[in-house]
Amino acid sequence: MSEIYSLYVNGVRRDVRDAWVGESLLFVLRERLGLMGSKGACEQGECGSCSVMVDGELVCSCLVLAAGAVGQPIVTIEGIAPEGAPSDVQQAFVTAGAVQCGFCTPGLIMATHALLERSPDPTEFEIREELSGNICRCTGYGRIIDAVQRVAVARRADGDAS
Amino acid sequence: MTDTLVTPTTRSNTQPGRLGDSALRPDGVAKVQGTFQFSGDVSADGFLWGATLRSPHPYARIVRIDLSGAWRVAGVESVITAADVPGKATYGLISQDQPVFASEYVRFVGEPVAAVAADHPDVCRRALEAIVVEYEVLEPLVEPSLAVDGSFPPIHPDGNVIRHQRIVRGDQSIEGPIVVEGTYELGMQDQAFLGLEAALAVPDPGGAGVELHIATQWLHEDRKQIAACLGLAEDEVRLVLGGVGGAFGAREDISLQVHTCLLALRTLRPVRMAYSRHESFLGHVHRHPCRITMRHHADHDGRLLRVEATFVFDGGAYASTSSAVLINGITHAQGPYRCDSATVDGWAVRTNNLPCGAMRGFGVVQACFAHEAQMDKLAAAVGLEPLEVRLLNAMQTGDRLITGQVVESVAPVARLIRELGELPLPSEPVGGHDGDPMRLPGGAGRTADRGDVVRGIGWAVSIKNLMYSEAFDDYSTARVRLADGVATVKFATAEVGQGFVTLAAQIARTVLGVDDVVLDQIDTHIGSAGSTSASRQTWMSGGAVDGACRLVRERVFEHVAARFDLEDYQLAIDGTDVIDTVGDLRISVAEATVGLEIDETFEHHHRPTEDLDELGQGNCHTAFAFAAHRAVVDVDPVLGLVKVVQVATVQDVGRALNPLSVTGQIEGGIAQGVGLAVMEEIISERGIVKNASFTDYLLPTFLDMPDVVIGLVEEPEPQAPLGAKGVGEPPTVSSTPAVVAAIRDAIGKDLVRVPVRPTDIVF
Amino acid sequence: MSVFVPTSLDDALAALAESPDATVLAGGTDLMVEFNGGHRRADHVVVVNRVPELRTWQHDGARLRLGAGVTYAEIEREPIAAWVPALAQAARTVGSPQIRHAATIGGNVGTCSPAGDGLPVLAALDAEIELVAADGLRTVRFADFMLGPKRTVRRPGELISAITVPVADGYQGYSKVGVRNAMVIATASVAIAVQHGRVANAHGSVGPTNLRCPEAEALATSRADMGTGHLSAEVIAECSELVRAASRPIDDHRSSAAYRRHAVGVLAGRQLRRAFPHE
Repeated sequence: MSEIYSLYVNGVRRDVRDAWVGESLLFVLRERLGLMGSKGACEQGECGSCSVMVDGELVCSCLVLAAGAVGQPIVTIEGIAPEGAPSDVQQAFVTAGAVQCGFCTPGLIMATHALLERSPDPTEFEIREELSGNICRCTGYGRIIDAVQRVAVARRADGDAS
Repeated sequence: MTDTLVTPTTRSNTQPGRLGDSALRPDGVAKVQGTFQFSGDVSADGFLWGATLRSPHPYARIVRIDLSGAWRVAGVESVITAADVPGKATYGLISQDQPVFASEYVRFVGEPVAAVAADHPDVCRRALEAIVVEYEVLEPLVEPSLAVDGSFPPIHPDGNVIRHQRIVRGDQSIEGPIVVEGTYELGMQDQAFLGLEAALAVPDPGGAGVELHIATQWLHEDRKQIAACLGLAEDEVRLVLGGVGGAFGAREDISLQVHTCLLALRTLRPVRMAYSRHESFLGHVHRHPCRITMRHHADHDGRLLRVEATFVFDGGAYASTSSAVLINGITHAQGPYRCDSATVDGWAVRTNNLPCGAMRGFGVVQACFAHEAQMDKLAAAVGLEPLEVRLLNAMQTGDRLITGQVVESVAPVARLIRELGELPLPSEPVGGHDGDPMRLPGGAGRTADRGDVVRGIGWAVSIKNLMYSEAFDDYSTARVRLADGVATVKFATAEVGQGFVTLAAQIARTVLGVDDVVLDQIDTHIGSAGSTSASRQTWMSGGAVDGACRLVRERVFEHVAARFDLEDYQLAIDGTDVIDTVGDLRISVAEATVGLEIDETFEHHHRPTEDLDELGQGNCHTAFAFAAHRAVVDVDPVLGLVKVVQVATVQDVGRALNPLSVTGQIEGGIAQGVGLAVMEEIISERGIVKNASFTDYLLPTFLDMPDVVIGLVEEPEPQAPLGAKGVGEPPTVSSTPAVVAAIRDAIGKDLVRVPVRPTDIVF
Repeated sequence: MSVFVPTSLDDALAALAESPDATVLAGGTDLMVEFNGGHRRADHVVVVNRVPELRTWQHDGARLRLGAGVTYAEIEREPIAAWVPALAQAARTVGSPQIRHAATIGGNVGTCSPAGDGLPVLAALDAEIELVAADGLRTVRFADFMLGPKRTVRRPGELISAITVPVADGYQGYSKVGVRNAMVIATASVAIAVQHGRVANAHGSVGPTNLRCPEAEALATSRADMGTGHLSAEVIAECSELVRAASRPIDDHRSSAAYRRHAVGVLAGRQLRRAFPHE
């Protein structure tokens, strides 16, 4: 029924013990590894709250079979920035008022990092499409778009300056 | 022009932030880093998982329950039913008619029948599957009209009518000359907060009491109901607010609270329960489906003479707050318009549909959808523009409602309408400048080309009561301690995402002249704050924190006056200093209060309200806020698909204490209004819910939300402690009818139901 | 329950030969929903998303062979998007970006729901489904592969290894109706491809399988001017009506049969107009 396997989470090998092998990566991250930052709100890939990076791709961790992710690099909200200091995306979400209840926020932070990684200067429409897998029920999305645009502008300014 | 237009960033964003600043959330960094602890993230050593067995039938008699199979599943520690409830068998916010577990009858799909505790969620699932419940399936009551006309046998000992109330005012003989009428319907909307119901209950040693970490809107009311069901004294039940992932009304009622505590007390181990999304849809109350008939009488100029209306709210299986929702609905039947004569008949009834209760807008969403459709019909009938007819009838301070109550609140209705008309329309044409088919109705599905699409514009205006009504003694409590220049603020106000924690610190900084404000844990170790609902916490808990801070400040002034031999009434706070307004003294608050510890508690009550009489007359409401919305939509009439392009709004906020938070409430409220207008509905067939998942209950995504343009009218409300009105509900109330009016404008069809479905447009 | 994560096709096939009833999990976007909801339990799971042979594609100028493990995120982008534009457009409507990063074309074919977004395109393009087992390989036309809603000819022990489609040599397009602008299940969808001077179309969510409408295809093919892109409004309306009539939709909570029938006809007509912009 259970076995031991290892996952590579945020650069660290983590042994997963006493797990049921049918558990999702979301469940294992939260309940086996104590990484509570990824949130579950639908368990069917329709909200984006559980977004993590697996093997360099943004995915819903609720739809990843944890035991099937053995050996793949996994990055969660806990590993997106050096401990303690918020990333530019995280800071922009706070500053722009993109956070209310905050339940969707970790998933949106992950999705925004992935978006800006691939497309450093996205149009508003591109932001909307790329983040359309992340449901937010509080904000109506306006301040989130503002936050993403602020990061893009700041990164461009940094790039120009250097 | 409006006092504030669109730009939340134009005001200072400097931390820490005083009243009027766009101060940042104190919990913001924790939330973006994922370290903020939501109620589903709280755990304890040696905990068990709890899970609930639910009824598959909308109405059935329970013949037999056999738990033996569940007990045989390895890892199961407890299995409980109604027989295990030690205290009161039922709970409820207004009347206690809802069983903790169904015993004799189940009355809706999803009603809890039993619960288990085990060491793994899948063990729980297997245990639930092993419970045998034999049902005698009964014919469900799903059509509210059968409850109104009394033709269906009672499905509950309290009967099928939860409440009936009339409003009769003015000359009942008025007819015409202009008469417009219609029948309107609203489907069942779900609050769909993202943070699912979750709790941790930790039993006291020996089971003498229990501590519950819970996401709720009202800790003390929960505690009252939980303690009664557990057969414990209230002080034996302690509630701590777990982080709340949104609420919108759905956390005002009990869901898993009693079950979690019972399992913990049974097993003497901590128990965590966490609903799935499917369970969440079945496990909390929803916005009432409603059927409304309205007939407006007006003169040839378009002045309202009389409104007639009938409301039937489908309360579902249990009462929840249905009786209050009903009163809100019928007392807002006239909208934000003068009208001296009214005949209104309202029913809230029981059916075997899902129970309904509070959701943002609370009965007024339903009324507004109907009266705004009527105002457009009236405009057309007398040849006025939609805004003209609304301006002509706009209510002002001092006007009477159809309940006879005088509107004493600031009522800048005409100003809202005028300023809304001045807000810019979207600059881009249908399909945007690049003609990308993804921007058209149908979105990523690329269903339309530019030529398939027509644009429409619609308007709606609303009035919404603030705080509780009908003689409820509504209050909030706050405690403020000042020591070493640091203010510590304690309250039981549920922070559900709205930002009261931000505001509380802004108030303390402003009133006390400190920078450092510590917010204590939100729990039941202080008096009640009332519910985070009814747009009331800025007013009520804001008033309580303000009051407590003022008491502390008086003590500071007394101390400084004594020390420097001054008169305390001449002292004031200036920034972070205490100053003598007639002399030279300037001393920092920190320095002035060295070695001093001041601790004050304040309870803020709003002025009393009254019950309605037989004819629906009485000063039942506390205060009112107003909003106006304009929607621009692109519609593909042939496929019936809609893209909401822009929503513009001007809102009466009294005073924007935190413009960034106000913007967030307005944009978020509009998103929920847009959702109700074009996609959100829980669909049931004969009481069986068909779409209890995010795959089939659709919420607006980034690609569905329009641009939002915001104007604020800031005319401070004299009654309100800080001059500010609650801002949470009005955006949801009139955005829905504005969107539907815009669709009507685009296609020229009389749409009478929300959400507007493709079939409503096409066929 | 056991989970096996093969890293070669041979290992995957050996695992399936040993446990022919094992559940094959590719992107997980369908199966995990069922696991999470407790609607399905499995004794053996073979995870195939790290089999390199399944993750590649080959393009020989005329045909594109997509490994079953190619994701919809890959299909949505160049170069595949240029080779099969309709499939790329369908890909862009699959769930959310997160889903598309995980969901594979092989998984879509394996689940074989009539609402599967990629399937109308495969039906219109007469795709070949390659099934491989430890003891051999066979190729089945999509029309023969899908038997009904979530029913296929795949046998125990077989793995869907590749999907082969012709590279576009004319207009291709895909449209899908849902009540939301993104992340929505199709209530009706249409794929059209003009291939070697012939018009092909197929439909989603309007019948137990992803049907084509040979009458409409023949009519459009015979009446369209492939060179100039002319097709009369009357013929388009007639094709639209033929598609409508050929559909066999059901009523459910997502929509009504009447609307689905209406919508699929409208989409077919609009797609034909995009293929042949001149009257």
